[in-house]
Amino acid sequence: MRRLTHLQRLEAESIHIMREVVSEAAKPVMLYSIGKDSAVMLHLAKKAFYPSPPPFPLLHVDTTWKFKDMYDLRERSAQQAGMELLVWQNPEAKERDINPFDHGPLHTDMWKTEGLKQALDHYGFDAAFGGARRDEEKSRAKERIFSFRTASHGWDPKYQRPELWNVYNARKSKGESIRVFPLSNWTELDIWQYIMAENIEIVPLYFAAPRPTYIHEGGLFMADDIDRLEQVMGKKPEITERSVRFRTLGCFPLTGAVESEASTLAEVVQEMLLTTTSERQGRVIDQDEGGAGMEKKKQEGYF
Amino acid sequence: MSETTGKDPVYEVDSLIAEDIEAYLDQHQNKGLLRFITCGSVDDGKSTLIGRLLYDSKMIFEDQLASLEADSKRVGTQGQEIDFALLVDGLAAEREQGITIDVAYRFFSTEKRKFIVADTPGHEQYTRNMVTGASTADLAVILVDARKGVLVQTKRHSTIAHLLGIRHLVLAVNKMDLVEYSQEVFDQIVSDYGDFAKELGIKEFTAIPLSGFRGDNITAAPSANTPWYGGPSLIDHLETVEIANVAAQKRSFRMPVQWVNRPNLDFRGFAGLITDGTIQPGDAVRVVPSGRTSTVKSIVTMGGELDEAVAGQSVTIRLDDEIDCSRGDMIAAADNPPQASDQFEATLVWMSEEAMKPGRAYWLKLGTQNVSASVQVPKYELNVNTLDHLAAKTLELNSIGVAEVHTDKPIVFEPYATSRALGGFILIDKITNATVAAGMLNFSLRRADNVHWQPTTITREHHAAMKNQTPRLLWFTGLSGSGKSTIANAVEARLNLMNRHTFLLDGDNVRHGLNKDLGFTEADRIENIRRVGEVARLMVDAGLIVMTAFISPFRAERQMVREMFDDDEFIEIFVDTPLEVAERRDVKGLYKKARAGELKNFTGIDSPYEEPHSAEIRVNTVEMSVEEAAEHIIAQILPLK
Repeated sequence: MRRLTHLQRLEAESIHIMREVVSEAAKPVMLYSIGKDSAVMLHLAKKAFYPSPPPFPLLHVDTTWKFKDMYDLRERSAQQAGMELLVWQNPEAKERDINPFDHGPLHTDMWKTEGLKQALDHYGFDAAFGGARRDEEKSRAKERIFSFRTASHGWDPKYQRPELWNVYNARKSKGESIRVFPLSNWTELDIWQYIMAENIEIVPLYFAAPRPTYIHEGGLFMADDIDRLEQVMGKKPEITERSVRFRTLGCFPLTGAVESEASTLAEVVQEMLLTTTSERQGRVIDQDEGGAGMEKKKQEGYF
Repeated sequence: MSETTGKDPVYEVDSLIAEDIEAYLDQHQNKGLLRFITCGSVDDGKSTLIGRLLYDSKMIFEDQLASLEADSKRVGTQGQEIDFALLVDGLAAEREQGITIDVAYRFFSTEKRKFIVADTPGHEQYTRNMVTGASTADLAVILVDARKGVLVQTKRHSTIAHLLGIRHLVLAVNKMDLVEYSQEVFDQIVSDYGDFAKELGIKEFTAIPLSGFRGDNITAAPSANTPWYGGPSLIDHLETVEIANVAAQKRSFRMPVQWVNRPNLDFRGFAGLITDGTIQPGDAVRVVPSGRTSTVKSIVTMGGELDEAVAGQSVTIRLDDEIDCSRGDMIAAADNPPQASDQFEATLVWMSEEAMKPGRAYWLKLGTQNVSASVQVPKYELNVNTLDHLAAKTLELNSIGVAEVHTDKPIVFEPYATSRALGGFILIDKITNATVAAGMLNFSLRRADNVHWQPTTITREHHAAMKNQTPRLLWFTGLSGSGKSTIANAVEARLNLMNRHTFLLDGDNVRHGLNKDLGFTEADRIENIRRVGEVARLMVDAGLIVMTAFISPFRAERQMVREMFDDDEFIEIFVDTPLEVAERRDVKGLYKKARAGELKNFTGIDSPYEEPHSAEIRVNTVEMSVEEAAEHIIAQILPLK
């Protein structure tokens, strides 16, 4: 008799989900954000279809404002997995030069929410894997593993299908699509433990190192591209070198750094367990429009 | 905050995190996983209890706590105290209503286990959510308000949990603080519940006196307030109860094939999640339903080949022989394969606003098998409050009943009581794609392997070749009086002039013979169409060009018939005539009778006609004469060979 650990069971569940999607969807894609959850999801995909490469492409909905380290890992990961990498940058956002400083919430809306819809429509994907977890945020706790979106990518919490056992209904009408969350039942700690156990490469920004930082509107940020910051902010921010790391990764002018000395996986996990602020707090997105921010974004088509 | 006595085991981990993170991670790398559900009536304090579990196992962070404290003061129901329920209630609309309306999943862990909690609603109309939460749970916590005792909902929740195969039940007698922690009150509730449980067939349950609000007997027992209680705390119990996954390993090997892995000509692996038993290289296996046998060559994973894999693992298996095996098949122990059947008795939980239609074809998904299935008129509906069997003609949203299920081809299964993974299925509406029911197979009504197709020497291709034509079914649909029969007649006459072999099945004529036992209720109409479809199929097999003229008002039934045929063989012809035109014609005087109330269920009057979305051919009888319509149809189906 062999007792499976919680990580083994979570792994088996995620792999089962991915294989169901590949078997039943016409044209699946994996949304790849380059963060630690994406890294785990990609690793699970490699395991699910080994020795074949995962039979779908990776899609990065880019804002052009990600950290340089992220772009590096993106290329390397896709290559190592033997997968096609698609990068989508919303042409309208590009043309209007939408940036996090001048345009506030519009930055996320145009580059990410609109960009994602455009990319899915452009390529005609009918199923998209996302790395969201139910423990991240209250409205996600109620999200199904297979989440249905209307032809306009809307999410209606009342219209979601009941999900029984591990029998997933992937049928949909023309134009409709599904977002699939294979990591639904993982917690942040599970993700870290799995990264450790499986030796998964993640962006080095998760580990503390001396980095050029600046303070903006009370938050601590890393000056990943000083020239560009100067261009957009109108002045060079005041740079101080600090030992920092990131709990979550997004656009560098929007992702708060935390001062830290944790430079190994074990130390990062230790800090995570002892820390007193929850994960998404470093990201500005949830705090728009009060507590219902994420739920509203989801109804509009944000992941 | 907590009023429990003794040392709190859940808090001890903290020091280890700070002092020796490696040791802590080691310990937590190897935890088990238990999934459970909590269910109770609206005010039993479910959300508060779960909030308390998260809080006590340090699963909330400081910023969440700060907003929790602020929210508690603003909208909380506990005065100035922390309202744990607010931690758990998620969607904005629900927060305003003050009730939980969906299934929400929560996570917490202790030293020994990680837990996934399905928080399921107490409102009666939301049975489907509780069934959803229960389907993946190993254990159910049934909450009872100590002041109110066992209620109708308590029975409902227990029945559903039992029906869904949950073997471990916890009777959580909550709000003990509001009955002064009275042992008498607790004992009475346990005794009342015991009577009901026995009736239901529940062999054992664990009763715990709790206060989610005050924290009694949550992490340590007995609390100072309940010195008379001799059982485990809730956490103790959750940490020690046996996980269903372990029991599955003791059964014979089964793995539904999800996906065939073929990276190159030299590698062919079968990917799937092992539902039962264990497997090793060299083990003899049988592929069902084909029955071919082989042995396991290797168990492939990215981390290397395995010596053994067990129930609950996702693997890729290679076999020694090149045998036919694909998605929907199952690899099973050679000496004890599962049965296959196409007729079952099943327990169904109806989950759609649209009631079940006996005879209608739905998609049935069980494991990796997808088939077309119909549900017969229920044998009975279960009153989940009293366990009475009620007579029923259909199943409505949230009702539970027992009925026969027929599938269009045999499926491999185990009774649900033996294996959830191989006995649990969903039904999907063929038009809306909604999941309309959850089903649990009880037993097979006959062994399908006794039924063989009679092989014939003269095939349908022979029949067709002899008649020098491509057999087809021209399916005319439209309102009564739209001109279906008239146009079909004209088409047949022309085809005969062209030396084609045809047959016209007309609605009225069929009802005088083959279907004279059927009336005009929805169920009878569905059966009428099904029989016509089957007869038409035999005629198409015989090489004929068949025309049918039936109102056939429902999309789902036309789709059902369409699926009996090969692609391009079924041609749907929509005879499009506005209701007022058909009613004005009223050739048979039927509209008049229907308007007068003498005819019930008359299409267009008191029964709907669902227009085709994508009929192959559409004829408009207002603009076209009968001859023009017939010519148009012939032109569309050329060439005939």
